[in-house]
Amino acid sequence: MVTNNIEEYKGVYVFAQQVDNEISGIALELLGKGKELAAKLETEVTAVLIGYNVKGLADKLAEYGADKVILVDDPELETYRTEPYAHALASVIEKYKPEIVLVGATAIGRDLGPTVSARVQTGLTADCTVLEIGDFPLVAIPGQEQKHNQLLMTRPAFGGNTIATIACPDNRPQMATVRPGVMQKIAPIAGAKAVIEEYNPGFTPNNKYVTIKEVVKAVSDTVDIMDAKILVSGGRGVGSAENFKILEDLAEVLGGTVSCSRAVVDNGWKPKDLQVGQTGKTVRPQIYFAIGISGAIQHVAGMEESDLIVAINKDETAPIFDVADYGIVGDLNKIVPALTEQLKAAKAEKAAN
Amino acid sequence: MKIVVCIKQVPDTKGGVKFNPDGTLDRGAMLAIMNPDDKAGLEAALKLKDEFGAEVTVLTMGLPKAADALREALAMGADNAILVTDRVLGGADTWATSTTIAGALRNIDYDLIITGRQAIDGDTAQVGPQIAEHLGLPVISYAQDIKVEGDKVIVQRQYDDRYHVVEAKMPCLITALSELNKPRYMTPGGIFDACKAEITTWGRADLKDVDDSNLGLKGSPTKIAKASDKVRKGAGEKIVPDSPEDGAAYIVAKFKEKHII
Repeated sequence: MVTNNIEEYKGVYVFAQQVDNEISGIALELLGKGKELAAKLETEVTAVLIGYNVKGLADKLAEYGADKVILVDDPELETYRTEPYAHALASVIEKYKPEIVLVGATAIGRDLGPTVSARVQTGLTADCTVLEIGDFPLVAIPGQEQKHNQLLMTRPAFGGNTIATIACPDNRPQMATVRPGVMQKIAPIAGAKAVIEEYNPGFTPNNKYVTIKEVVKAVSDTVDIMDAKILVSGGRGVGSAENFKILEDLAEVLGGTVSCSRAVVDNGWKPKDLQVGQTGKTVRPQIYFAIGISGAIQHVAGMEESDLIVAINKDETAPIFDVADYGIVGDLNKIVPALTEQLKAAKAEKAAN
Repeated sequence: MKIVVCIKQVPDTKGGVKFNPDGTLDRGAMLAIMNPDDKAGLEAALKLKDEFGAEVTVLTMGLPKAADALREALAMGADNAILVTDRVLGGADTWATSTTIAGALRNIDYDLIITGRQAIDGDTAQVGPQIAEHLGLPVISYAQDIKVEGDKVIVQRQYDDRYHVVEAKMPCLITALSELNKPRYMTPGGIFDACKAEITTWGRADLKDVDDSNLGLKGSPTKIAKASDKVRKGAGEKIVPDSPEDGAAYIVAKFKEKHII
């Protein structure tokens, strides 16, 4: 492996994924995180925008924290394909020498990231959920150099049963793919402008260029509960199909989706495709409301990986409280509508400011 | 047509994750299986063999006991099996692993290489594309359908909200999704033959055009700073509010604190 001169590598770079000329949410999340890392390293955040006729997207990247945008714009880059995109990103890395490169752990990034990291001969840590700047080794070991200002990348493995923190101390850039929905975007700065630098390394089709024969977009009018960021899930305690209305109102205010437990499907209140649990779907939203759900192990198995779990149940001893981050003991028929009203008020207040 | 399928033996995490009393993972109690995405890749290769009469070779890198996964592949219908095993290869990250496998593949003729998208122990999805990069091949990741027409493959490449129908000239590398198919069972005759079959075993010396500095733990650019079995999530806060409004206000306050609203 080529050991490069680490001192030459500066700056935090983010692959600004766009699809159909729309910036993906993950790109903005990475800019938010990148800005934080860059502040610690006293450097800048650069977005690498790759596509065809995508210059117009640069302002949005600036509003979300990019100090600089490197634009690689070429007809070969109109639709994602591994090779021209890998050539674009690898060429940017070779020319500009960033110390950190962040890529979204999407179906695109998990293909682009490994290809580029192998090409520029550095390490890549997959599906990270925490990124920090720190020392490697974490604790100084006599006889071994402790390096400072390293990117420490934490990721789950083994189906989420183990976690590891990984560093890339001897090679640059330090590369990570980052799980979507984990990092925070910054509040956009209206009117912010970034320095745009255009760079085209030249694209000559070779054996690695595949041909796209057809693009088939999924057509679906119902949201798959596995894709939902917020799930408002009801159980037997909701009492009736009609009473799910109060859950739907709460979901609407949060931009969430309603799901349910097995008992609800067995009672015919909701269809099977909304069922969470071992015999239903495994979900991992950012927020999971368990309302009137007792929390049988089969249900918990399908939702315990949710980032934040809120439980509302009248039974203080319900096992759902054992996995909930926030639990409220009480009557869901009164608490849920009150919560909907207060969230509406809080949103209105925020919008007014 | 010659197809090589790269497989990995992994501990079974599905339906059988076992924990020690202290909440850590009990690896010893878990079964070793052929990684599911790899098995789907093998099935895709065997289907092409049924259709076109391809020769299917399975290759794995691992400890000597990984030969069990190769024998299972032979019993399903693979023709040859290669085990890459050597003490100096241990502790490899995805860079060192892909370098090793590419070094082994340089000894073999192939039209098509199939790997699983990702293994259920590491979940990285990196080794397939990195092998392609080392060998200078086109890569098509996340395949949900594979067809062969003449010297070309036609693959449905899955994305988050769509799929692309992609055509590539062989030789190329494809990473397979479990959704691709339902792998066949081993046949009794296949099991009998697989038990007796010879497995080719290669060590460090058999890897072609590979530098020692890219192998094993030492050749891995990523280093583990800290690893732990995840502590199972415990109970958080629970309140019994004086009124429904108080209960709701508690949640709203928590959401504000966490910048959710």
